[in-house]
Amino acid sequence: MKLKMDEKDRAIVAATQEGLPLVPDPWAEVARRAGLDKAEVLERLRAMSERGAIRRVGIVPNHYKLGWTANGMSVWDVPDELVDELGGKVGALSFVTHCYRRPRHLPEWPYNLFAMVHGRSRAEVEGKVAQIAQVLKPHVRDFDVLYSTRILKKAGLRIRPGGIRISHGPRPSPRV
Amino acid sequence: MVAELDDTDRKIVNSLQGGFPLVERPYAAAAAELGLSEEELIERLKRLVENGAASRFGPLYHVEKMGGSVMLAALAVPEERFDEVAELVNAHPEVAHNYKRTHEFNMWFVLASESEQRIDEVIGEIERETGLKVLRAPKEREYYIGFRVSA
Repeated sequence: MKLKMDEKDRAIVAATQEGLPLVPDPWAEVARRAGLDKAEVLERLRAMSERGAIRRVGIVPNHYKLGWTANGMSVWDVPDELVDELGGKVGALSFVTHCYRRPRHLPEWPYNLFAMVHGRSRAEVEGKVAQIAQVLKPHVRDFDVLYSTRILKKAGLRIRPGGIRISHGPRPSPRV
Repeated sequence: MVAELDDTDRKIVNSLQGGFPLVERPYAAAAAELGLSEEELIERLKRLVENGAASRFGPLYHVEKMGGSVMLAALAVPEERFDEVAELVNAHPEVAHNYKRTHEFNMWFVLASESEQRIDEVIGEIERETGLKVLRAPKEREYYIGFRVSA
């Protein structure tokens, strides 16, 4: 499986990461920007999508602007031998937007399963966390929910010919 | 602050968070699924990006599969030093996101770079500059990542 991108893939990424042109024939416009021909652009986008280098293509919603202002990172201490099975179940819940296994750091950080939950209010997030607890019980030894209270930095991840760069345009840092 | 959406906008936001077809005239194909014209879908997508309901419309790339490296990390920062430490952490270009959160580990940031080695170096720099120990929370396994936000 080919994982690394070549220069043509990078040119396509650079031409599309800010968004697709909102015109009837976007691939022709991407091809023009990337200096490639249109058939090749479409073929490479399909290949990147198939191998997972493109997670999905569509609207990237802005939670805050849609009124989803409560953001809770729920963290769980579950037995290591069950974490993959339990993680799969939590990840399958429709309201969980990210779910990962991460290492514990004892004694200060006992949690090995992370599930991100968004809501219009903390009460809504709490209701969803209770549903996660229901799925995980009786295996939960401890858990917590870390709400975001302030965005300190939100830069865009950008691929450029030659590497990954993080852009530093002035961005608002709303208190949330 | 919250973007104003009508029912058609909501339908677009709810159903087009993925699956945009990689075919000729893709907006026409996606519009047909939604019972809209190509022109109307394009106009509405433009407006959703303009009013901020959508950060953008297009491909979402997988950084690691493109050869990059990402790590979540955290610091337990004494409240009186919070702004000073935030400035030191944010000054590193490898820090992509940084959030204040409700926990003793109250600063959670994502590092992204070309290599794992560079991420290790930056964590070392942050520890030296702040005098605080960084909690490393690399992703060991991904069970789901997606956005199923309903508008």
